Amino acid sequence: MKKERLDLDDYRKLLKQYLLTHDETALYQAEQLSKLSVQHNVSPEEIIHVHIEALKELYPELQQEVSDSLNFLLEAMISYGLALQEYQSLREKQSALESEISVAANMQKTLLQTKKPTISGLDIGAISVPANQMNGDYYHFIEGSDGTLGIALADVIGKGVPAALAMSMIKYSMDSFPEQLRQPAQILESLNRVVERNVDTSMFITMFYGLYNTNNHTFSFSSAGHEPGFFYFNKTESFSEIKARGLVLGATSDARYNEEAVTIHDGDAIILLTDGVTECHLGDRFIERDEVLEVIEHYLHLPAQEAVEKVYKHFERLQDFHLRDDFTLIILKKET
Amino acid sequence: MNINLSIDVVETDNQTVLTVKGEIDAYTAPLLKEKLLPATAKETEKIIVDLNDVTYMDSTGLGVFISALKSAKEHGSTLTLVNLQERVHRLFKITSLDSIIEIDTTIRGGE
Repeated sequence: MKKERLDLDDYRKLLKQYLLTHDETALYQAEQLSKLSVQHNVSPEEIIHVHIEALKELYPELQQEVSDSLNFLLEAMISYGLALQEYQSLREKQSALESEISVAANMQKTLLQTKKPTISGLDIGAISVPANQMNGDYYHFIEGSDGTLGIALADVIGKGVPAALAMSMIKYSMDSFPEQLRQPAQILESLNRVVERNVDTSMFITMFYGLYNTNNHTFSFSSAGHEPGFFYFNKTESFSEIKARGLVLGATSDARYNEEAVTIHDGDAIILLTDGVTECHLGDRFIERDEVLEVIEHYLHLPAQEAVEKVYKHFERLQDFHLRDDFTLIILKKET
Repeated sequence: MNINLSIDVVETDNQTVLTVKGEIDAYTAPLLKEKLLPATAKETEKIIVDLNDVTYMDSTGLGVFISALKSAKEHGSTLTLVNLQERVHRLFKITSLDSIIEIDTTIRGGE
């Protein structure tokens, strides 16, 4: 770290100006000088040293006691100088850590990348925005060779780096399952065992898993304590909550999951989300689920990708562009 | 942001009652953990957590209760939550944690 010397001439001029005129601007300039000194790693004892020198030049007859007392003050300031140095070095370390986390966040993005599938007759939109650098939400599409589409949506409780690591574990477990293992309940039961064995007791994961069969347009699903999504039924032009109950992943080793199925008709939609959507704050007020649904309904006629982006923008604006939680929304529409 | 949380702990023979007030979130959950976990580590202890004055809880709070439950089970102790406000209770219902953590809804009141 380079240390700069304080310019004795400037300091002396400033001090002289103040002592002779008591001009407030000199005081202000002294304050500016103090800011600059911190920026340039000038220690407090260095400033006192310059002060003593300047004072001696201005008043050669300076009383010995005053001069001695200033030297005494100089010694008393030494620890503050060391604290300043330490602060600077911590700042450097912090910026190094930040850049490492940003590398990790990028790696996570690459690792967890999922390709939104193009399936004729289905219109799919998906958005996931982290509140901080690392995303604790995760969605994944798995296209089967038999005309099925698996949709996984998970939220790791616990934030930041540990949550991101747990997410990677989920992703790799799912990748390693054989293709025959694709029924939602089976998948959640398998993942529950993985999470229970490998994750800290205070951490858990909520997950929704759905399997869309494009051959007969049935949608089967199970939930591990995940925030319920919605179905939109075109025929009745109404929404209904996706009712699926099941324990969060990682709470007990032997959790079992129910599986439900519905038939999806032309114009129907499946809406999946995480609690970052429904736990939005408006100042001190929470946004109710009905309000969330109203916003989704407002944009649902748009192409699915445009719709999820518009809904996100809406809530981003409402929260002054500062998300408190990761936000993930998936809309899947059966085209007419 | 309000990050206030206060926890009163009253210990009697084989019973610990924690009265929690405020918001349980990522900032305050460590305090809850610090007060709750030692109680669950006692053998055959009856632990009651009164959440009447908890106005907000997020999933970090749920994590603490899962830890507490696991620890209580290991030590043959029991954990019961009482007086949950509707918004807090909803979290336990959605996550189905109400199926493994005992929640007493009968004595809700005090308002």
